[in-house]
Amino acid sequence: METELRIGVFVCHCGINIAGVLDIEDLCEYAGTLPNVVTVQPNLFTCAETGTSGIKNAVKEHDLNRVVVAACTPRTHEPIFRASCQEAGINPYFFEMVNIREHCSWVHRHDREAAQGKARDLIRMAVARAMFLEPIETFKSKVEPRALVIGAGIAGMSSALALAGEGFDVTLLEKKAEMGGLLRDLHKVAPSEVGAGELVEQKVAAIKQEGRIQCFTSATLEEVSGYVGNYSATFSSNGNTHTHKVGAIIVATGGAPLKPMGLYNYDGKRVITQSELETKLKSGKLDAKSIVMIQCVGARIPERNYCSRICCMVAIKNSLHIKEIAKDAKVFVLYRDIQAYGVENEALFLKAKEAGVRFIRYNLESPPVVGDGNVEIYHPAMGKEVPLPAELVVLSTPIVAHDDAESVSRILKVPVNEYRFFLEAHAKLSPLDFATNGIYLCGNAHYPATVREAISQALGAASRASIILSHDAIERVGTVARVDQELCSSCFACVKVCPYQVPHMDEGGKAMIEPMQCQGCGICVAECPAEAIQFGYVSDAQIMAACEALCA
Amino acid sequence: MNNFEPLIAVFSCHYCSYAAADLAGSSRIQYPPNIRVIKIPCTGRVSVNHILKALECGADGVYVAGCLEGTCHFISGNFKAKQRVQYAKNLLSEINMEPERVQMYFMSAAEGAKFANVAKEMTETIRELGPSPLGQNKSE
Ligand SMILES: Cc1cc2nc3c(=O)[nH]c(=O)nc-3n(C[C@H](O)[C@H](O)[C@H](O)COP(=O)(O)OP(=O)(O)OC[C@H]3O[C@@H](n4cnc5c(N)ncnc54)[C@H](O)[C@@H]3O)c2cc1C
Ligand code: SF4
Ligand code: SF4
Ligand code: SF4
Repeated sequence: METELRIGVFVCHCGINIAGVLDIEDLCEYAGTLPNVVTVQPNLFTCAETGTSGIKNAVKEHDLNRVVVAACTPRTHEPIFRASCQEAGINPYFFEMVNIREHCSWVHRHDREAAQGKARDLIRMAVARAMFLEPIETFKSKVEPRALVIGAGIAGMSSALALAGEGFDVTLLEKKAEMGGLLRDLHKVAPSEVGAGELVEQKVAAIKQEGRIQCFTSATLEEVSGYVGNYSATFSSNGNTHTHKVGAIIVATGGAPLKPMGLYNYDGKRVITQSELETKLKSGKLDAKSIVMIQCVGARIPERNYCSRICCMVAIKNSLHIKEIAKDAKVFVLYRDIQAYGVENEALFLKAKEAGVRFIRYNLESPPVVGDGNVEIYHPAMGKEVPLPAELVVLSTPIVAHDDAESVSRILKVPVNEYRFFLEAHAKLSPLDFATNGIYLCGNAHYPATVREAISQALGAASRASIILSHDAIERVGTVARVDQELCSSCFACVKVCPYQVPHMDEGGKAMIEPMQCQGCGICVAECPAEAIQFGYVSDAQIMAACEALCA
Repeated sequence: MNNFEPLIAVFSCHYCSYAAADLAGSSRIQYPPNIRVIKIPCTGRVSVNHILKALECGADGVYVAGCLEGTCHFISGNFKAKQRVQYAKNLLSEINMEPERVQMYFMSAAEGAKFANVAKEMTETIRELGPSPLGQNKSE
């Protein structure tokens, strides 16, 4: 048996913000004439304690079962009033808010008559919509207290250790036969002068000692299903296949320096990359007395229009190391712009100049030419081409994404950008999160980073993941879509349209939406030709009612 | 006809265009009072039926305002909305109604001025087209 609708409307003055333009008394009087409205109350400030307790009292006194507030924007204030409804004992989703401030009094100040008419219309539409509101419940799903970390470079290892330190189990996957990532082959880490190999060995030793971390090397991620708190990851490692249940996932797959095939006569012997130079420095096998480094090789060009951020620092660092070994060595760095951001890199840059490293700028239009034993460069100060002696040429190439980044992106259903670096949910608001709940990213997998940045991000990602893992269960508001299987005609429209690949066909051949995975966008709801998908949060009935109330 | 005031329904998504409308408000950017916003979580929630319903119920024009292309909070909702708006436009053409009465716009949450400009542009467009032939809007 349907209970009788009893709607209360609360109209806010917001001081003079609304009342300075709109006639609140008239709006209240008008709202009182609308169907099912049993009480209308003006408030000076509805969001103040007097306002919210006014709502709670009115709910009890008038036995209200729907509440409409005409005030400011629901984007900031809806949670406050939903809470008042809940405290008053009615479902928080039996609440509708209409914006007569940002959308009316503030933007139509010079046409009060029209603004008044519009406010009446908006209130009428909100009341009409309120009649079709549905109660929405929260539900719970249990959390697996284990994390999956993909990639055991400095970022992945740091995340894994941080999570283990907080008491969570970790499954750590490494594609290669050994942990360590890029740092394994590098010389020293600027700006601290720590040996890169030592840093890696320290972390690897800590991981091996940490009973909570299970590391799988030569591993390939094969399949991931499930949702936040409850993922199931299948991977192979050294010929065996494993499936682990995990509550959260961290992507720390890093990247690799571009191999400059076909650029500047690269041959891996006389013309090498910075990584190859570091291998030489590490083993003490550098004997060249004239070295030319070329920056931005394959970077900041139309096909790869980004700055790799770290290669300037790396060139500066390595030129200093060369100068330390042989004070009289000639070192030239040919650059387009120097990216030596931050206090420490800037200091390193100055130090290199003081040590006699020569920095010469070149343009993309007149790049250096690598010849036999020298490099020709247009010298802007001299106004002509000059040959620089070069027993060794070192190319600074950018970090690029791994070839398998797209496969990881597909398996996890998280996006990559045009250069196949993983893309966070929001650059400023959630820099370490993916849009999919429970999956995080850090280090070079996101964008070229220094070791310090990679570690900070790794610790941040671990902390984001531990917010999920530390709960026994997660609560989720049921603002989600649900299939009425009796109506479903198995057309696959929802399966195809959902941006999160949530709907799937169950054994009976009918569509199913896992509420924990549904993001509540409603795209499938509008797409289903059978109108089989229910979406109580924003139902068709509500939208249609608002349309019907467009005109009085 | 001279004092025809168009009535325009706007389907506005929570994450971008509704936020842009809020920003237009807090920046006190003035625009014509002819639009009525219906808030939805994502423009992908809007079906062709909703657009037609608004026209049938008296709107002289309808537009769907979503996030900038490529930045939809729900990845592809605005892309879907664009297709559905195009579908609705084709339907209008078939029944000899001006397809310009239905539009799709894209804006970011930071584009309060754009929200106001779009409201103005659409109001002018519809003012020129005149009242909807479905004739529910009694404000003439
Ligand atoms: C020549 C050079 C010099 C540098 N010098 C410095 C310096 O002096 N100071 C400084 O701060 N930074 C320096 N850097 C940058 C530094 O190397 C990075 O900041 C750091 O390596 C980033 O760590 P990461 O864990 O994100 O990535 P990586 O080190 O790339 O580690 C990623 C790991 O994930 C693994 N992996 C990849 N894909 C998968 C997959 N699908 N499944 C499983 N595992 C996978 C990889 O095998 C790798 O082990 C230098 C970089 C270069 C190239
Ligand atoms: S860090 Fe320097 S060398 Fe690397 S891409 Fe940026 S500007 Fe070029
Ligand atoms: S779109 Fe509707 S009818 Fe088609 S499969 Fe999905 S729920 Fe069933
Ligand atoms: S509401 Fe959105 S996220 Fe949920 S199943 Fe439908 S399309 Fe997918």
